[in-house]
Amino acid sequence: MQGGIYKCLSMIAERITANKDFLTELDREIGDSDHGINMARGFQAVMEKLSPDDTDIGATLKKTGMTLLSKVGGASGPLYGTAYMEAGKITAGKTELTPEDMKAVLEAAIAGIQKRGKAVRGEKTMLDAIIPAAETFSAKIAEGSDMAGALEAACESAKEGVEYTKTIIATKGRASYLGERSIGHQDPGATSAMITLEAIRDFMKGA
Amino acid sequence: MVGIVIVSHSWKIAEGVCDLAREMAQGYDKIIPAGGLEDGSTGTDAQRIADAIVEADTGSGVVILADIGSAIMSAESAIEILEDEGREINAVIADAPIVEGAVCAVVEAAGGGSVDSVLTAAEESREASKL
Repeated sequence: MQGGIYKCLSMIAERITANKDFLTELDREIGDSDHGINMARGFQAVMEKLSPDDTDIGATLKKTGMTLLSKVGGASGPLYGTAYMEAGKITAGKTELTPEDMKAVLEAAIAGIQKRGKAVRGEKTMLDAIIPAAETFSAKIAEGSDMAGALEAACESAKEGVEYTKTIIATKGRASYLGERSIGHQDPGATSAMITLEAIRDFMKGA
Repeated sequence: MVGIVIVSHSWKIAEGVCDLAREMAQGYDKIIPAGGLEDGSTGTDAQRIADAIVEADTGSGVVILADIGSAIMSAESAIEILEDEGREINAVIADAPIVEGAVCAVVEAAGGGSVDSVLTAAEESREASKL
């Protein structure tokens, strides 16, 4: 990880902030119109807490998770907060990640989201982007792909996952009140998960 | 004495529920609100909830009542924050409406009930018919 975890999280924060209105608009269609606002507020607070001196990946992810738990406000706070906290637990003391570590980070994040949200794949949530992405990432590194290549493919799967959320009914969260009317709309949480993965991909590419 | 934490997206709701419930048990002061975000906006904040749990605990445990949406997930996160800090607080979340649940819980807690009996009192409030 050239540039370190601070740079990576800065890129995630930048992308989330740049997509604030887009995410809020998606949430206006099937939710309570706050996803972009909440996520941008959370990541603004994260960047206020972090500094370029934060090089321990585990400690930095944990700090990020704690801040999201506190500052986001909506359901994405405990969900993303727990994901970052769980990822932080398995990367304590590390200053760079191997592809195997990255695979473990994605799996820990998924386990955290599932523990908190009690959701499974196919319920029109962030899991529908991040689970296929993690599966593709694992398959690619098993084939001998490097980090950048595996992340590239993982982001493609995340994108397909977001498209898939347009075709299914929401059964979790505020969107579940809409039932069949939620069909045709992409899930805001899946979209912010995809944006996060794309930021990590671009960080790894040195973009 | 068992403590009680009221979690709401709105600080006005959390404080109001506490005010209302306190009237049921004069002198009971371990019902603590954890409403909204630090800046006053609407939402739930796991750290605020964790702080409220610590404030409510006298060593006998804490029963948490939470409102809609993310409130339960934030309350669960708060309990994990305290566990990660190594604090040993017996904090449990009641599956109960916050207004009726808080009133029943306060009466039980002020009467010296245990965490289990306060939890039960809060959860039984779901069954109370209004009409």
